[in-house]
Amino acid sequence: MKFFLLTIDICKPFQKFLNMSNKPSTLFDKVWDAHVVRKIADGPDVFFIDRHFIHEVTSPVAFLGLESRGIGVMFPEHTFATADHNTPTINQHLPVEDPLSANQLKALEQNSAKYGISHWGLGNPKNGIVHVVGPENGITLPGMTIVCGDSHTSTHGAFGAIAFGIGTSEVEMVLSSQCIMQPKPLKMRINVNGVLGKAVTSKDVALYIIAKLTTAGATGYFVEYAGDVFEKMSMEGRMTVCNMSIEMGARGGMVAPDETTFAYIKGREKAPKDEAWDKALAYWKTLSTDPGASFDVEYTFDASDIEPMITFGTNPGMGIGISKLIPRAADLKGGISTYEKSLNYMGFSEEEPMIGKKVDYVFIGSCTNGRIEDFRAFASIVKGRKKADHVTAWVVPGSHIVEQQIKEEGILAILTEAGFSLRQPGCSACLAMNDDKIPAGKYAVSTSNRNFEGRQGPGSRTLLASPLVAAAAAVTGVVTDPRDLL
Amino acid sequence: MAYDKFTVLKSTAVPLPIENVDTDQIIPARFLKATKREGFGDNLFRDWRYNNDDSPKKDFVLNNPIYGGKILVGGTNFGSGSSREHAAWAIYDYGFRCVVSSFFADIFKGNALNIGILPVQVSPAFLEKIFLAIEANPKAELEINLPNQTITLLATGESESFNINGYKKHNMINGFDDIDYLQSMKEEIASFAKAK
Repeated sequence: MKFFLLTIDICKPFQKFLNMSNKPSTLFDKVWDAHVVRKIADGPDVFFIDRHFIHEVTSPVAFLGLESRGIGVMFPEHTFATADHNTPTINQHLPVEDPLSANQLKALEQNSAKYGISHWGLGNPKNGIVHVVGPENGITLPGMTIVCGDSHTSTHGAFGAIAFGIGTSEVEMVLSSQCIMQPKPLKMRINVNGVLGKAVTSKDVALYIIAKLTTAGATGYFVEYAGDVFEKMSMEGRMTVCNMSIEMGARGGMVAPDETTFAYIKGREKAPKDEAWDKALAYWKTLSTDPGASFDVEYTFDASDIEPMITFGTNPGMGIGISKLIPRAADLKGGISTYEKSLNYMGFSEEEPMIGKKVDYVFIGSCTNGRIEDFRAFASIVKGRKKADHVTAWVVPGSHIVEQQIKEEGILAILTEAGFSLRQPGCSACLAMNDDKIPAGKYAVSTSNRNFEGRQGPGSRTLLASPLVAAAAAVTGVVTDPRDLL
Repeated sequence: MAYDKFTVLKSTAVPLPIENVDTDQIIPARFLKATKREGFGDNLFRDWRYNNDDSPKKDFVLNNPIYGGKILVGGTNFGSGSSREHAAWAIYDYGFRCVVSSFFADIFKGNALNIGILPVQVSPAFLEKIFLAIEANPKAELEINLPNQTITLLATGESESFNINGYKKHNMINGFDDIDYLQSMKEEIASFAKAK
């Protein structure tokens, strides 16, 4: 009762009026407004969640919370569990050696069983990184609201869903009430028009935008990606771009669903079938931004300005075209001492070229670049070449389904011939919760999403890049422009 | 039910004048393996605070006995990166109840509010004043007044107001959380779900 003073329910007639108004609306507004259960005056919206993914790291305390409050899971069929963050990427058939990781995996399995939640644990043929398995099994669909206790949940926005990461308190909210309390973010549209150049991938587009906006440039906003480049992009590419939205501070990013989206979804295991498909498709086709709808901020970039990108610092906004020199602190916004701290950590200096810098490790995988298209790209450079002797390479598929595709398409044969071996699915060296840690002081070209200090292991130094740049580094042993090898 | 009530906090503060403090620094991923919310404060800022042999790094502010208190003051864009609530738990468990910065990452800010840490966003100029005041006198006290939504440097009386939505303010002052609220409207949620 204590809350009633603070809440004002929008009465039904007013709601109807809102929906019937002819004001042009954005894709984001259409999906958001359809999920508001209650608006709280001077407070957040009570926001309904269609799909909830959980994993072993951010869910156990939420389940403990349910128990201590004596409450249950409201809609267990809307939550999907998969183990990914701390799972080993070799010998998955053996018991997990690290007792703490094993304990978290067991907790996920037990909690899922107790509350009737679907669980794809280690060894399950559907297992893989949560943001890879959701889309590839047709769980992620346009127009949905999707959350997970993981900031890269923004990935699912590629389907025209509102998808974002949440904290463990919010995991407990979704489990117990299928809702979270969320203030509606501001709206940003980012257009990239024109045609991408040779060896310029979706990852480069993402790193370019983040470098332009900075690591906090989209905080408080939800992004819609629009324009030629995203319209032509594959679903894998759109997932890579939406995945990285959080790296410029945005809660999420989305792309309007189109024929590319529908073709990707059709026939996937949990996607609607027959009549349900026709009905869903009719709805999905309404999910685009109306002409004249307004955004709080809009940016437009030219595809021809983007080259293969690489990061040189300790946040994802510190990226440059691979042929460029490391910028001078004096030429940048932001604090000079923080910039110097970052370059010191990396062992780099202002105005050095990135090309030619020695690379010790290469990691291809993660929820950013762990899909089949990424391994095809990697193989296109590796084919007919050999891995550099001094490079340790971790090639980690995003899921068992991706692993199977790698084998069936002959990519494994190319990798093996070039001296690479394939590991088993998981988050792996992206955040180094398992044994896949980059040693202190070593340089890793990584297709993952964060180059924070110690992200890939204490003292590790990360250079974020696309699968093509990663492959070029793996075969030459130094930072290399992939355009020279294609 | 989840945390202590927050009204007025008067305390010295710990300065961390670094920009873009990300959640991997606040608590590295390898310390996220617990299945209970216990002991995260020990690993707060682990890799900035300790050497590889677990000896304290003398130049890090948490290892400097001159500084202490329940308020952490960070550079702009505090809490960027991962959604791990463990970052907020670590800050709370260490003993902080308030984080002051000129800008917060979105998910961190929400997580902090959900567990009873008050994120106070001040202007860049006021943040600079706080850093200078603590540098001049590590025992300089700040007063955070949530009902009035003000932050004051007690030595000089300089003050600034901060924003928080009325719902969250009410929750923090009373120690309520969102789950209490959502449990009180389950029927409404059920009928919403049915109509979808």
